[in-house]
Amino acid sequence: MTIKRILGAAAIAAAAIPGAAFAAGAVKAYKSPEWYWDGPFGRYDAAAMQRGFQVYREVCASCHSMKLIAFRHLGEAGAPFHLEECPAELGLPDSVDCSDPAQNPIIRSLAAEYTITDGPDEAGDMFERPGLPADYFPSPFANPQQAAAANGGAYPPDQSLIVKGRVDGANYIYSLLTGYPDEPLNTIEVPAGQYYNPYYPGDTLSLMKEEYLHDGHIDEEAVRRDEDPKYVSSDGHVYGGAFKMAAPLSDGIVTYEDGTPETVEQYAKDVVSFLQWASEPKLEERKGMGTYVMAYLFIFAAVTYGSYRQIWKSVEH
Amino acid sequence: MSHQSTYNPGTGIERWIDKRLPVVRLGYDSFVDFPTPKNLNYWYTFGGILAICLMVQIVTGVVLAMHYTAHTDYAFQSVEMIMRDVNYGWLMRYVHANGASMFFIAVYAHIARGLYYGSYKEPREILWILGVIIFLLMMGTAFMGYVLPWGQMSFWGATVITSLAGAVPVIGEPIKTLLWGGFAVDNPTLNRFYALHYLMPFLIAGAVILHIWALHVPGNNNPSGVEVKDVKKDTVPFHPYYTVKDGFAIIVFLLLFAAFVFYMPNTLGHPDNYIEADPLVTPAHIVPEWYFLPFYAMLRAIDFNFLFINSKLGGVLVMLGSILIWLVIPWLDRSKVRSMRYRPIAKQFFFILAFAFFGLGWLGAQPAEGVYVVAAKILTLYYFAYFLVILPVLSVTEKPLPLPRSIAEAVLSDKAKKGKARSPAPVTAGGAQPAPAE
Amino acid sequence: MSTTHEYPNDQGEIINEHRPKGDWVEPAGDPTKRDFIHLVAGGAAAAAGVGIVIPLVAQLAPDAAVRALATKEVSLAGVEPGQAVKTIWQGKPVFIRRLTEQEVATDDGVSLGDLKDADARNDNIGSADATAENRVQQGGFVVVLGVCTHLGCVPLGTDTGENRGDYGGWFCPCHGSHYDSLGRIRKGPAPSNLPVPPLEFISDTTIRLG
Repeated sequence: MTIKRILGAAAIAAAAIPGAAFAAGAVKAYKSPEWYWDGPFGRYDAAAMQRGFQVYREVCASCHSMKLIAFRHLGEAGAPFHLEECPAELGLPDSVDCSDPAQNPIIRSLAAEYTITDGPDEAGDMFERPGLPADYFPSPFANPQQAAAANGGAYPPDQSLIVKGRVDGANYIYSLLTGYPDEPLNTIEVPAGQYYNPYYPGDTLSLMKEEYLHDGHIDEEAVRRDEDPKYVSSDGHVYGGAFKMAAPLSDGIVTYEDGTPETVEQYAKDVVSFLQWASEPKLEERKGMGTYVMAYLFIFAAVTYGSYRQIWKSVEH
Repeated sequence: MSHQSTYNPGTGIERWIDKRLPVVRLGYDSFVDFPTPKNLNYWYTFGGILAICLMVQIVTGVVLAMHYTAHTDYAFQSVEMIMRDVNYGWLMRYVHANGASMFFIAVYAHIARGLYYGSYKEPREILWILGVIIFLLMMGTAFMGYVLPWGQMSFWGATVITSLAGAVPVIGEPIKTLLWGGFAVDNPTLNRFYALHYLMPFLIAGAVILHIWALHVPGNNNPSGVEVKDVKKDTVPFHPYYTVKDGFAIIVFLLLFAAFVFYMPNTLGHPDNYIEADPLVTPAHIVPEWYFLPFYAMLRAIDFNFLFINSKLGGVLVMLGSILIWLVIPWLDRSKVRSMRYRPIAKQFFFILAFAFFGLGWLGAQPAEGVYVVAAKILTLYYFAYFLVILPVLSVTEKPLPLPRSIAEAVLSDKAKKGKARSPAPVTAGGAQPAPAE
Repeated sequence: MSTTHEYPNDQGEIINEHRPKGDWVEPAGDPTKRDFIHLVAGGAAAAAGVGIVIPLVAQLAPDAAVRALATKEVSLAGVEPGQAVKTIWQGKPVFIRRLTEQEVATDDGVSLGDLKDADARNDNIGSADATAENRVQQGGFVVVLGVCTHLGCVPLGTDTGENRGDYGGWFCPCHGSHYDSLGRIRKGPAPSNLPVPPLEFISDTTIRLG
């Protein structure tokens, strides 16, 4: 690798600093709804995560894998389907401990709805069986190559860590899912099989229609005149870029049983809740422990300071 | 060691052990009854904090090693298994990952303390050099540790940093192949980095023992920079006076540490490292860990060929030189006065140096273009000028303020200054007299 | 301008050569109050130390992925009297043998006094006599952990054609322990019967181990 490549990489690196917009490929500032897991006492909302799982399962899972998540994870403390104790109406024997994900009846029936390829059996053949809590989510495609081939050449990224794997991940995914324009933009020409989104970190310069370009430079005035201002940055560029995922959500695409509004915004919020949990399943345990550790350290510090003052009382220092 | 020990074994068992292996005596003389200047401020607590950091890293690191798999096919998954399935695995990993950052925060404070109070000067040159060696070992350990999760930043960081070796003329390329164990960063690289990442903390621990030994021969420097004249008036025993002061500082430091671990565990990391390594795709945002940024900025500041040295080699030399130059500071700064407290001009230049270092850290995260590169060049130039020109020249030309005759006197004059500022109450003489019971 | 004259070489004492004996600074204040605050600080440090040990030890315990496989369902359909099968549960072999009436009769006839270990070693019922009633499941199934109680080898006798030992059950080739068809130790160095793992019939032909 030459120093030029190092320097080039470093140049791009600066974009990691939030707000360092220096190239034409600037994205629109993310929407930032209030997430209930924000802040030191923020926790997950099981109902939202359950709806989010439903959205993932019915919409996202047809292309995106979630390889790091097992069914049993859904039943752990802080997870969407965790049960403290068995629901009385199921009439399960006392020996069943529903707080154990492997015995949780919701997890068991959920896992059984999936078909898992297992084996080899005694004859050396692979066989199919209903899922068990210990099984991992089956992937929609056998391998990344197949996934890319089925999706216009772009590999739909695994979603197990998608929130932690993107800068400001929760807001980014929420903005992306809700940010597709209703109508095509006036100033850009999006190739077939690609879809424009103002939050996608791409490049719109290559998409500009001829009439808005002069010698490879953007005619800012014309862009401002003809384009919806919400897609135009302060320096006259069109935000975002185009990529291969069509808008996955539309109003009413998933049927909620609890009466929650079936809107794109609500779906996006719910699925981000679920993906956030998938990225950081131990958040509740972490913040819960943090409260005690911080309180203990504060008291410990105060006591030690008292001890320190006492010991040094007689010494001029 | 030929010094006079004050350890007095109380019981028969202690006497029995002391005759055979006087390890209790060593501990007692080093950490209990050791005379320590009584005017050490909180900047002097970072040594103890660093010892804690090293212990935390070793303990959590050994735990993580029990669950980690050093293979390109499993490394990423095994780290995620630690995060999701291992009991308290998330805690171990977040403590270890943020512990590296905490370690560097403390070590930078520790180095700045040494530079400001002239702790590198005679008779503490070897102590200082050992410190520089520890810092270099720390950088190597941190770099290799960052490769182990086998995320995108791990892979590309390893690729970029090992490529620095390629700058060396003639033997550069073979060295790179030796480092990699292949023709690119791959499974052999991951395996050797894991082995070395496990080994190096113990080398650091060994160097730390020598560092403490070298400290305990001349004893601590102190903010006044004057040596201990009278042990009874100038010093206090390490225990309990500094065990409790260091202890308090360590707890406050742990509060900061815990705030990161429990509430913003990924703030100091990069989202790209939660994407598994892909040799075909370089992430859009490559940037080293924050603690390497000042040196990274110096590397990038050299974008010109200098005589027969091309810009690539020049950058590498400047980056290495920026740390190696620390080794000779004791011979560059010839001033007899240690503490910047009594060096009004050098003090100004020191603060500019601190500013330049922070500035370089900020520039390391900015794009290498336009005004940023110019600024990085200026700050790099100042950084080297401080050590190579400013300190040597000031050693001769600067007229220091009058030094206190002893630590006790320095303490009294400080008190007097503070006393004047607060209240006109006269300051009683006799530093180490017990205060009247109230 | 030379400063060396004004500031003569600042060589202090070499600390270690002039060290006073013991604690040379007088402690201050009221001893009881003094002791109390130090005691609290020391206690807080000790408690913090204990707190740190908890996760360090807990991480050694089986992780969630291992625990999720702690129970296993096994189908017994197709196991006829006289046949035996092996399965793996928690990483250990489990022997399942369906006894013939003759085997039950032979082994049930042995008096408890002749047994080396007269305890049933059945996790499902606690301490009891090692009778057929306490060791055989419904349908005449003997379900035991296939780990010799001597030093952990896997006894032979489950698969057809293997040495079943002098008592028609299992034989451990490592050090020569003989078990009868109920899995009770009859001869050799093993100290106790093959234990019956915790199990439950969730249907007539399916058991859940663990």
